[in-house]
Amino acid sequence: MTFVHTVQAGRITVAVSGDLDLKTAAPLREALDGLINRYPDRQLVLDLAEVDFVDSSGLGVILGRYRKLSASGRSMALSGVKPPVWMVLELAGVLSIMPVSEYLPRNPVRDGRA
Amino acid sequence: MNRVVLRFLSIADNVGLARIAVAALAAQTNFSVNDLEEIKVAVSEAVSNAVVHAYPGRRDGWIEVACAVNQEGLTVAVEDWGVGIEDIERAREPAYSRDPERMGLGFVFMESFMHDVQVESTPGQGTRVRMQRLVTWSGELSRDAQ
Ligand SMILES: Nc1ncnc2c1ncn2[C@@H]1O[C@H](COP(=O)(O)OP(=O)(O)OP(=O)(O)O)[C@@H](O)[C@H]1O
Ligand SMILES: [Mg+2]
Repeated sequence: MTFVHTVQAGRITVAVSGDLDLKTAAPLREALDGLINRYPDRQLVLDLAEVDFVDSSGLGVILGRYRKLSASGRSMALSGVKPPVWMVLELAGVLSIMPVSEYLPRNPVRDGRA
Repeated sequence: MNRVVLRFLSIADNVGLARIAVAALAAQTNFSVNDLEEIKVAVSEAVSNAVVHAYPGRRDGWIEVACAVNQEGLTVAVEDWGVGIEDIERAREPAYSRDPERMGLGFVFMESFMHDVQVESTPGQGTRVRMQRLVTWSGELSRDAQ
């Protein structure tokens, strides 16, 4: 799992790549908490375009950061969400608590979706 | 008909290994890509629970995943010889967790993504979670766990 972050205008964007499960939950939590504390008044956007798997351990990290941010009036959003990740977020009710946008293929013509 | 038994230590790295192995076995029958994704989540939940809850702070506990696949579908049993569950009914309630950092969604996912989930546990002796997923032609499971 790797994280790459960019800080621009009012937001911290963290591009995550790899599976979000028991193995990667702790390093992801530490990385996100570090950024949340370092840039105190920005919103957090998690870019999940390179994530194909999330389970409850990964969701725990996402929802835990959401709670922490909203307690201090900050917001959080998810982008680049692929179908297998979407179905887990949907079942857990995440779609109704924060903005979530789906993955858009880089080359839609080749993917046959014009 | 095919059967596979995996036995591994209670280490977080083995969660990914187990879900990929079970999904590869399940792919030998008529599951859709989406079905396989759901099976992966359910297996990941049962195995993560064995790693985290059955053997807290230990990397030397054994976990066994026994699976069978045939034309009708897949059965998976995840067994540990850890602390066991005192109150199975409460453990299965949505949003219940013994750990305040966790969401208590593991059993919610297992129940939503599999057709049958049975839990047997003896405190001090261990836990076995048995799950079944049938090949269905209409595909969708009822999603009433929300
Ligand atoms: N194999 C097991 N051994 C001992 N206790 C278990 C086991 N599996 C589950 N439990 C108990 O059942 C509870 C609920 O499990 P569940 O997977 O639903 O939630 P969680 O693991 O606490 O949180 P999450 O899965 O969202 O990270 C756990 O908190 C734990 O107390
Ligand atoms: Mg769990």
